[in-house]
Amino acid sequence: MANTLSIIQAINQALMNEMKNDDTVVVYGEDVGIEGGVFRATVDLQKTYGKERAFDTPLAESAIVGTAVGMAINGLKPVVEMQFSGFSYPAFNQIISHVARMRNRSRGQYNLPLVIRAPYGGGIRALEHHSESTEALYAQIPGLKVVIPSTPYDAKGLLIAAIRDPDPVLFWEPKRIYRAFKQEIPEEAYEIPLGKAKVLQEGEDITIVAWGAMVPDVQKAVKMVEEKGISAEVIDLRTIAPMDRESFIESVKKTGRILVVHEAPKTLGVGSEIISIVNEKAFLYLEAPPTRLTGFDTTFPLPRGEKHYIPSPDRIAKTIQDIVNY
Amino acid sequence: MRLEDYNPMKNEMYQVLDPAGKIVLEKDVPELDDEQLKYLYKTMLYTRTIDEKALSYQRQGRMLTYAPNLGQEAAQVGSAYTMKKEDWMAPAFRELGAWLVRGVPLKNIYLYWYGNEWGSHMPEGVKVLPISVPIASQMQHATGIGMANNIKKEKNVVLTYVGDGGTSHGDFHEALNFASVFKSPVVFIVQNNQYAISTSRKIQTMSENIALKASAYAIPGILVDGNDIFAMYNATKAAVERARNGEGPTLIEAYTYRLGAHTTSDDPTKYREDAEVEEWSKKDPLLRFGEYLKEKEVIDDSWIDETKKELEKEVKSTFESIEDKSDTELEDIFKYHYEEMPAQLQDQLDEYRSFLEGGK
Repeated sequence: MANTLSIIQAINQALMNEMKNDDTVVVYGEDVGIEGGVFRATVDLQKTYGKERAFDTPLAESAIVGTAVGMAINGLKPVVEMQFSGFSYPAFNQIISHVARMRNRSRGQYNLPLVIRAPYGGGIRALEHHSESTEALYAQIPGLKVVIPSTPYDAKGLLIAAIRDPDPVLFWEPKRIYRAFKQEIPEEAYEIPLGKAKVLQEGEDITIVAWGAMVPDVQKAVKMVEEKGISAEVIDLRTIAPMDRESFIESVKKTGRILVVHEAPKTLGVGSEIISIVNEKAFLYLEAPPTRLTGFDTTFPLPRGEKHYIPSPDRIAKTIQDIVNY
Repeated sequence: MRLEDYNPMKNEMYQVLDPAGKIVLEKDVPELDDEQLKYLYKTMLYTRTIDEKALSYQRQGRMLTYAPNLGQEAAQVGSAYTMKKEDWMAPAFRELGAWLVRGVPLKNIYLYWYGNEWGSHMPEGVKVLPISVPIASQMQHATGIGMANNIKKEKNVVLTYVGDGGTSHGDFHEALNFASVFKSPVVFIVQNNQYAISTSRKIQTMSENIALKASAYAIPGILVDGNDIFAMYNATKAAVERARNGEGPTLIEAYTYRLGAHTTSDDPTKYREDAEVEEWSKKDPLLRFGEYLKEKEVIDDSWIDETKKELEKEVKSTFESIEDKSDTELEDIFKYHYEEMPAQLQDQLDEYRSFLEGGK
């Protein structure tokens, strides 16, 4: 059976499916129980599966993640929520020092099948600390997987795969497009493999890599440049770590050009890594300098300034033309 | 014993065996037979022997940085002896006596300090988590393990340790708070050894003691003479029973003293007076337990001598079994980060391997 859902609804359905399929899945965090999450990602979980498996916690991110480590060691599959990715820093020590390391530290004795979900990214006119894109902070840490969906179909399939994955996954959700559009997706559980990018559109002149909320903006920009005769190949990276390198290496070998678009700051962002890989693996195929179009190396501005921060479709379209006409 | 009979707000400390080895609370002498008493003494002696040997190997340049337990043997052995095999333990890094009681082989312990991760891979059925270096962070894991027990309707309990310095950490507060809210079956043991490296307990907190902090979480807290193995055993046993009965967590402050250095990398004479160390040496947990057992004729000096020799031999042969034979397998550095090694990691391993092979 199919149903038509937004990203946030697809995430909720993924959690519903997995709580039904697997008694060891537990969901908790701040306001995830009675309230069903500030964005409604966990709505009705407590009603359906009870207070023992879907519950509210005291307001303490380090304990939310730290107890999830203990639960995972003791045979459960916790799916915990950081209310916003910008609130994950109190849990940084637990994530970096334990979530990422327990398998290696114990030489495989304790793997941690846990998921940390968090809404990330800007563009919703939010308060300070509610708009950051922090995927690169976590993607550099060995032992973590970082996943970012951009559609309802992917959100559900990737989240189910993340919950079933034997290793810890940070599941960063693009809140700007939580409700931007709906898609027909299966009601039952299905998996989309982690670590695999998706070619959204094939093209000849340029490869564009993006993820999360930048994907629909890239698609808009690509429509604009199509009218000018530019054929772009669009890749949704989907898993930031470990990254599907082949997807863009092969694409660049065909197009000779690459643009990475992300919301996070430019310096030492994920785009830097992608371009380094392209330089290492497809250098001789390049016809233009590999390019990044990203957020600024600034603090994410409060709402009256945020329109300047996130690369707009117009700016993406202009950058595509600059690269193709290099 | 009843935990509530000792009020940390009044700084009341629970003690059964005094520094001279005399029983001060006859009704609380635990019902342990001679074999059990000997086992406890022997494990404390084993702990001390392992420390002494490790320090000596370290001075000879044969061992790396090592954190000794000297003076804290009763706090560790007495508390851990209350656990059942199916119970969990989430240690910090100075719980040698507790590891031994819980069945962690010395080979693992030495391998860890010798610099090989396989030391943290416990034998099947030994439910002891790897050493946790980030201060107090392991308290959260213990709480989570206990929360999972509640969800799974399992009756086993969790013992976790932290030092006096760790009580200043946010994770200390968060773990106690979560454990209380979710009635997690955890026994939190603070080994208050008076120093966090060089920083005195006096400036970690203005609280008169650490046990009284339990009241903020609406859980029992008790201040215990940490150098008294009977007091540690009884108090932990009472806390374990509470936890097993679904009554939630307990905070135990083991009031003790680190007779040695923080690790082999520091020099305690820089931050404390010899007189203080001398004073605490008189309260040595091994000394008082030994006096008691000799008085009771459970052991005598020749038994101690023989046991010590036997332990020294075992420690020596265990150390020699790993010395110069414990270099990390190259592939091991890579292959335990994920269930399946990501392609980029495999590439890095392959590249490095081909460099090594080309260099031959």
